[in-house]
Amino acid sequence: MMIVGATSAIAHETAKCFAKDGAEFFLVARSPQKLADIGNDLKVRGAQRIETYVLDVTELERHQEMIETAITTLDGLDMVLIAHGTLGDQQKCQRSVAETLKEFTTNCTSVISLLTILADYFEQQKRGCITVISSVAGDRGRQSNYVYGAAKGALSVFLQGLRNRLSKSGVAVVTVKPGLIDTPMTAAVKKGLLAASAKGVGEGIYRAMKSRKEVVYLPWFWRPIMLIIRTIPEPVFKRLSM
Amino acid sequence: MSFLAKTHHPRSWGRYPSVAPAEVQAVYWRSEIPDLADFEHPLLPFAYGRSYGDSCLNEGGVSLDVSHLRRFISFDENEGLLCCEAGVSLAEILELVVPRGWFIPVSPGTKFVSVGGAIANDVHGKNHHKAGTFGCHVTRFELLRSHGERLICSPYENPQLFQATIGGLGLTGVILWAEFRLKPIVNSFIDMERIQFSSLDEFMQISAETDRKYEYTMSWVDILIGGQNLCRGIFMCGNNDQSKSRAAQKPGKKLPLAIPFDFPSFVLNTLTVKSFNELCYHTQFSKRVHKVVPYEPFFYPLDSIHNWNRMYGSRGFLQYQFVVPFEDGFAAMKEIIDRIRRSGEGSFLTVLKTFGTIQSPGMLSFPRPGITLALDFAYGGRKTLQLLDELDKVVRQSGGAVYPAKDARMSAENFQAFFPRWQEFAQYVDPHFSSSFWRRVSHTNKLVTV
Ligand SMILES: Cc1cc2nc3c(=O)[nH]c(=O)nc-3n(C[C@H](O)[C@H](O)[C@H](O)COP(=O)(O)OP(=O)(O)OC[C@H]3O[C@@H](n4cnc5c(N)ncnc54)[C@H](O)[C@@H]3O)c2cc1C
Ligand SMILES: NC(=O)c1ccc[n+]([C@@H]2O[C@H](COP(=O)([O-])OP(=O)(O)OC[C@H]3O[C@@H](n4cnc5c(N)ncnc54)[C@H](OP(=O)(O)O)[C@@H]3O)[C@@H](O)[C@H]2O)c1
Repeated sequence: MMIVGATSAIAHETAKCFAKDGAEFFLVARSPQKLADIGNDLKVRGAQRIETYVLDVTELERHQEMIETAITTLDGLDMVLIAHGTLGDQQKCQRSVAETLKEFTTNCTSVISLLTILADYFEQQKRGCITVISSVAGDRGRQSNYVYGAAKGALSVFLQGLRNRLSKSGVAVVTVKPGLIDTPMTAAVKKGLLAASAKGVGEGIYRAMKSRKEVVYLPWFWRPIMLIIRTIPEPVFKRLSM
Repeated sequence: MSFLAKTHHPRSWGRYPSVAPAEVQAVYWRSEIPDLADFEHPLLPFAYGRSYGDSCLNEGGVSLDVSHLRRFISFDENEGLLCCEAGVSLAEILELVVPRGWFIPVSPGTKFVSVGGAIANDVHGKNHHKAGTFGCHVTRFELLRSHGERLICSPYENPQLFQATIGGLGLTGVILWAEFRLKPIVNSFIDMERIQFSSLDEFMQISAETDRKYEYTMSWVDILIGGQNLCRGIFMCGNNDQSKSRAAQKPGKKLPLAIPFDFPSFVLNTLTVKSFNELCYHTQFSKRVHKVVPYEPFFYPLDSIHNWNRMYGSRGFLQYQFVVPFEDGFAAMKEIIDRIRRSGEGSFLTVLKTFGTIQSPGMLSFPRPGITLALDFAYGGRKTLQLLDELDKVVRQSGGAVYPAKDARMSAENFQAFFPRWQEFAQYVDPHFSSSFWRRVSHTNKLVTV
């Protein structure tokens, strides 16, 4: 399987489950040192094979080459997990178009680029599973993080369409929508009672991938919460500070 | 499966004292550790807070959360040599190595401790008489000092720092990873015996008789019975089961229970303790019981109830573990038991064990040959503290020691008597590191601002 953003705390937890099953990995992220740390860990836990690839996903022009390398080194690809992301700084984005577009590239455009290339491959292969970590933040725009939210929202819609297309070829597309998770990405965010552990969420993703789910909220209670948040009428919602 | 993340508010297991650091700094990657010399306040690593008192707390300082350094690095399955980051828990190690025919060399009474914590407190287990402490099995580790050096420490490289860090209470720097030897097993079961005893004499007798035969021994005791017998209890001893046919057998998985809130303080008092002890003692109907059991309930009976420490309510509790040498130990033990009984403070979980003669490399290591007793007391203010001070005196007179991993109140004077090598150790303490415990027992009461 291929994991983009393989050094993410959540993706690592999912990978641990697959390693136990003896999976072969193609791990992609920016830091070679962190990739080595994750690779060694998965190896000890039972991974049959570890290949790593250093890539900044904002270099869209390198995506094709990276995916081809993954397919040739692993001799095919059954599963993909796209997990990279940055929370970004909403205030900074509001002041800078460049910053907003940078966040969009990392969280949305880069994923769409990867998916566009991967979709053809999976469609022809007629099997496999593509999983992407989106976010509950994409379910409704809020003043505190709508740049990140909009990127994730666009991603969720893209995935909906892709699922619709690839279901005809027997390819599963899983959209994962985590709530607030305690990871390095949210180290600076104040955690309330609802913050979940990366382990529980990562294991949830593993199960969702195994059972080829469509859209999963993790932990599950975010589904009803987001249902309520989505039904608040806009005239009311716009006056809330969320 | 637990979805809820742990809160990052560092607390020790006894929930006493409740003190706050100025700052909590999480460390996620070995390659991305902030410059330690830049912090304004003294630092102390914090892992899972399974220490009871204040040795893992750093009031007004920086608590370095090292629990995210939890990746395996290598595992030589032929030699049983495991290398992992220091925040890996013994629970995760067991999950990995037991199915592959290996076991941790020494295990404390809970598996929710980190490798770094196991080294920093040089923890002991039921097999101390056969295997010594955890530190005896460590082959090397990497230590990060505040000035940025990363030192490999082993019996051959930086041997002094190696000895200072084993049992070094987190004060010598951050252990980034460690390598240690595992122990081969045939299957995951324990072939055990439970023997009832009705006096301290009888305990000593059973202990002498079983120490040679059994790898693991410990006893649960009731010390509130009064009279000449001093205590009664159940002696548990076991060996790793040797049957090959059991290797394929999986022990059933039970979900741990959790205590979701603090019990009101009145729940645990002398009366409830007495009835609990009565119940435990009498659930065993015959003198000796022999069984083969999965390793988890044998080693970690308390882990089946998550957060059992909350039974003590928000006031918290104090653990008190001491060791007294075999010679004169009996008299000291008698005096201590008498004093506790007279004080009217009940101890809910009391564990009695003997330590053997295997020496740890650790300078401040706690175990030494003798009898060790671990008790817990609900925190009842001055009265409790006074009792423990009295007990310290008895322990000190007999040439014993009190365990820092479980302590929140021992005096500097007593600490220094219990650990005669403390000054030698102090030379290796990192100048930017300190703890609430260390400030108390080393008499540098002021926070060192660097
Ligand atoms: C139910 C229960 C049963 C227990 N039974 C036993 C027993 O049988 N025998 C025994 O010996 N102990 C026992 N203990 C105590 C426990 O094993 C020790 O306190 C252990 O050190 C806790 O480890 P931790 O990972 O939670 O570390 P913490 O409590 O968070 O920290 C302990 C110490 O380790 C230091 N430390 C942690 N990580 C690092 C690192 N990476 N680098 C440098 N220093 C570090 C800290 O600074 C601190 O001084 C028991 C505790 C409980 C709760
Ligand atoms: N944590 C939450 O509360 C939460 C909630 C909802 C959704 N999510 C989503 O979950 C996913 C995983 O996040 P996490 O919480 O596990 O955070 P994390 O541990 O911080 O992981 C983020 C990952 O993204 C990678 N990454 C970031 N920018 C990159 C780039 N330009 N090129 C390549 N890789 C890049 C990082 O890799 P390197 O730094 O090694 O390159 C890292 O592996 C993200 O998509 C996030 O949006 C998280």
